[in-house]
Amino acid sequence: MARPVQSDLRTRLQEWIPKIVLAPSVASMLIFVYGFIVFTGYLSFTNSRILPTFDLVGWHNYWRLFQLPTWTIAVQNLAIFASLYIAICIAIGLSLAIFLDQKIRGEGLLRPIFLYPMALSFIVTGTAWKWLLDPGIGIEHTLHLWGWESFHFGWIKSSSMAIYTVVIAAVWQSSGFVMAMFLAGLRGIDNEILKAAQMDGASNWNLYRRIIIPQLRPAFLSAFVILAHLAVKSYDLVIALTGGGPGRATELPATFMYSYTFTRNEMGVGAASAVIMLMTIAAIMIPYLYAELKEPK
Amino acid sequence: MSGAVDTGVAIRTNRVTRTFIYLFLLLFALFYLLPLAVMLINSVKPLSEITGGNMMALPDVWTFEPWREAWSSAQIGVQPTGLRPYFINSILIVVPAVAISTIMGALNGYVLTKWRFRGDTILFGMLLFSCFIPFQIVLIPMARVLGMIGLAGSVPGLILVHVVYGLGFTTLYFRNYYSAFPTELVRAAQIDGAGIFRIFYRILLPLSGPIIVVTIIWQFTNIWNDFLFGSSFAGQASQPMTVALNNLVQSSTGVKAYNVHFAGAILAALPTLIVYIVSGRFFVRGLMAGSVKG
Repeated sequence: MARPVQSDLRTRLQEWIPKIVLAPSVASMLIFVYGFIVFTGYLSFTNSRILPTFDLVGWHNYWRLFQLPTWTIAVQNLAIFASLYIAICIAIGLSLAIFLDQKIRGEGLLRPIFLYPMALSFIVTGTAWKWLLDPGIGIEHTLHLWGWESFHFGWIKSSSMAIYTVVIAAVWQSSGFVMAMFLAGLRGIDNEILKAAQMDGASNWNLYRRIIIPQLRPAFLSAFVILAHLAVKSYDLVIALTGGGPGRATELPATFMYSYTFTRNEMGVGAASAVIMLMTIAAIMIPYLYAELKEPK
Repeated sequence: MSGAVDTGVAIRTNRVTRTFIYLFLLLFALFYLLPLAVMLINSVKPLSEITGGNMMALPDVWTFEPWREAWSSAQIGVQPTGLRPYFINSILIVVPAVAISTIMGALNGYVLTKWRFRGDTILFGMLLFSCFIPFQIVLIPMARVLGMIGLAGSVPGLILVHVVYGLGFTTLYFRNYYSAFPTELVRAAQIDGAGIFRIFYRILLPLSGPIIVVTIIWQFTNIWNDFLFGSSFAGQASQPMTVALNNLVQSSTGVKAYNVHFAGAILAALPTLIVYIVSGRFFVRGLMAGSVKG
């Protein structure tokens, strides 16, 4: 009589243990991620300034946000930065991957050189490029010393061009990683199909255009999603490279959110900008994750 | 791009194309190496050689004084402590945060693949999405909560933050890895009377070496390189390396000691660079697992 009871208790315990194991993570996720999202969302509808308050003011902060020239600049900068960053990273990454895939001698040496910037923090990357791009001392100065006196490259000091220096440094940091993604995709393509096409007289150019690149679709999609989400989150690099300047020239939504929330005492507006950032990323990530999760079933 | 047809590899290239390819690859190798090389060369020069000279030239006088200064006597904040205490802070934050999030991720991944229950896919989806949120959305409430529980501006506070926002990724890694494991093995052990933890320790964990390495590398790199949380939640005494480096470089008082800045930047980059060099293969696999489903 005792045995069934005991085993019943054991099975019940066995059923509960998985849930107990997951509980701390699930609880922390619900509080620290989704709870906090709700909290910030709520704050975006209050008149919080230096400290959070709970007096609702409706859509006031969003209205104000879209009136602020700084926010407009930040959004425009993000559009410029993100489109160039994504496009150039994919172009360089794909080219490097295709070239590296041609049975290159020294591939084992080149690949890690292309990839190592990914291991560095954006603060380090920013420090290095800030100096290289500084006209008085970096690349421009060096080319002058080498005799190319007329060379001029002062983008980082120019309010219309500074955002492009952020693109340069960010591309330097991430393009090797995109190369790795495409290289993995290329290595997964069946050589037999290519040989068959070649028998039919297809040139290398056509092989890439008609067969190989279309097969890299998943790598393109992943690269796009990852780069887009990195672009929206970009903060460290701007802080280290330009500090948002000159003037407001390199302000991005992430730097805007930080300064309005913590230094300008406009927490409600800061919260509203964070909500907009989340919405942007959700619009990219949720369809992607949904497709990724649904597929295997 | 026409080439001789051969039976071996499909894509064949002629000499001119190959020369172009090699040139292109070497040019990009230079582009990637330039910033680090410039920082290295200039971190062993006296300041006068930097401001007056050529950044590409090797030093006339070799000096390791900038390194010593960056490490132990540069002015960061109020005290001329160098970067050393902040380097130690980073280690104090990274080690426990990586350990805790990896262990929890392994258990989560195991439970989510081998002990499935209703709603686990939705749960996993929520966890997955939490990896990609812009952290700006949690900064304000996190600052409040850290204050409320008395961890504001402290090392344990930053450990908590990194564990909480690292869990999604570590769970993702282990779940993808364990989902390839035969579930029959788990069922068989279960019939033999092994409990949930016993199965984990005896069957799954001994085969988890590669994914543990990948997860540790991923977490280590992310946490070591973090700046946003460090600058938002650290007090003067608990600042991590990235924040201290930024303070050092941005300090506007007096002459900019570029050589010291470079030495500091390399010091900040060194741990992740070493991890990358020692375990490059795993590092890449980790990056890929974070982006493409494993």
